[in-house]
Amino acid sequence: MSSIMVSRIRQKQIAQLVASGKRLDGRGLTDYREIKIEPGIIEKAEGSALAHIGKTEVLAGVKIELGEPFTDRPNEGALTVNSEFVPLASPEFEAGPPGEESIELARIVDRGIRESKAIELENLCIFPGKKVFVVFIDAYVLNHDGNLIDTAGLAALAAILNTKVFNYEAKDDEVKFLPGFTQLPVVNYPIPITFADINGKLVADPGLDEEEVMDARLTLTFEKTGKVCAMQKGGRGTFTKEQMLDAVRIGQQKAEEIRKTVV
Amino acid sequence: MSQSARKLVDENGIRTDGRKADEMRPMKITVGVLSNADGSAYIEQGKNKILAAVYGPREVHPRHLALPDRALLRCRYHMASFSVEERKSPAPSRRELELSKVIREALEPTVFLEQFPRTSVDLFVEVLQADGGTRCAGVTVASLALADAGIPMRDLVVACASGKIDGHIVLDLNDIEDKEGQADIPVAFMPNLNAITLLQMDGLLTIEEFEKALNLAIEGCKRIYALQKETLKAKYVTAREEEQVE
Repeated sequence: MSSIMVSRIRQKQIAQLVASGKRLDGRGLTDYREIKIEPGIIEKAEGSALAHIGKTEVLAGVKIELGEPFTDRPNEGALTVNSEFVPLASPEFEAGPPGEESIELARIVDRGIRESKAIELENLCIFPGKKVFVVFIDAYVLNHDGNLIDTAGLAALAAILNTKVFNYEAKDDEVKFLPGFTQLPVVNYPIPITFADINGKLVADPGLDEEEVMDARLTLTFEKTGKVCAMQKGGRGTFTKEQMLDAVRIGQQKAEEIRKTVV
Repeated sequence: MSQSARKLVDENGIRTDGRKADEMRPMKITVGVLSNADGSAYIEQGKNKILAAVYGPREVHPRHLALPDRALLRCRYHMASFSVEERKSPAPSRRELELSKVIREALEPTVFLEQFPRTSVDLFVEVLQADGGTRCAGVTVASLALADAGIPMRDLVVACASGKIDGHIVLDLNDIEDKEGQADIPVAFMPNLNAITLLQMDGLLTIEEFEKALNLAIEGCKRIYALQKETLKAKYVTAREEEQVE
């Protein structure tokens, strides 16, 4: 994210601190800021949650609609993840079609949920190949203070955990909705963990000013048994193999801790 | 990715296209294939057929995008509508926009962009036929197109995927293995600088499996690197011979 210019002096300060194992806000290199989840705050959505990591806020809403399955998955409900960088969240965001940062973020969150098989999509099929439930997850960035990916990932997970699906009756190609809801079947809990590489050191949960200074970014998503289910490197810099392996080991532990705040 | 009834690896450890676990698909690379571009290259890797072209350093359009301290590197990864089984709409998909970004970021570390402030280097990757692993082949061929354009670089970037199919960690997944396998890890690497410039993963892997797969992908990258260098050198040998004949 090339956003607010941090003054050169501050850049230098951040880099020097990180080199000595410290950070501007007093955190250790692998510490997260405070995480807070507020589930179910949008009544009209089938599921929702507002996630905070420090001052970063992302609101995820889930809508469920009838639709057609993907052609290569005729027996499964469909899942689509989208993200919106709303202009009120940062002076750097502009209205308009989603930019590549927004698309990348949505696809990272999507991969975490899809590859961990968090949602039992087979249970959302009504008429194979014809009619299924489509789960739309939209992550709205409300305030940008760094690490949008993890915040959006937590918001999306917390939102599907309180998502309801309409009760229905399926008869001769007709779907009739019945009163009441059932819980969306969520069986896995993917947690994304993002590191910034600042002068060769891994820094977890980078804040906005740290993102300005970082050379590269690495996101690892862990599912409930501690396996990796998605990864994405971003940014103009590089990683060594040893850094990657360190990140996976530290990330696995972090994910376990953070999962407790959501599930 | 889902488990399928089809076996991707047989009892002898042989894959659907006859390869062993650590074997790559046959690969053919040529440079300088397009006369208009400042640099270009073409790769065939299995059934993948990909063209890359570089224009620049040149004036930036629109001008306000120009950077005061370095060149702007732009990348467009695009798949031809006939490159896949079912016709793909030629409008850029979200996948293509994401891949354009990761390919650009895979190549940015190698280019001395600071030598060309206020200009742009535009890179076009056109997938004519896709058979799994196009982003990796795209990075490999794009880096050759940059070199062919004479743009100063720290190293060649080379990419290769590894993954997990039927419980085996294998190199260079083809389309079926990518779709029906259990994990796919595209990796781009600068062998001389020992730096990873692209890494993505989807699927399910333990930490041990990831380490093994990452090592295998890097090993694959090193093999392709040799071929990349050979291809570049061959072009200049041919050029010199032509000059002598004249």
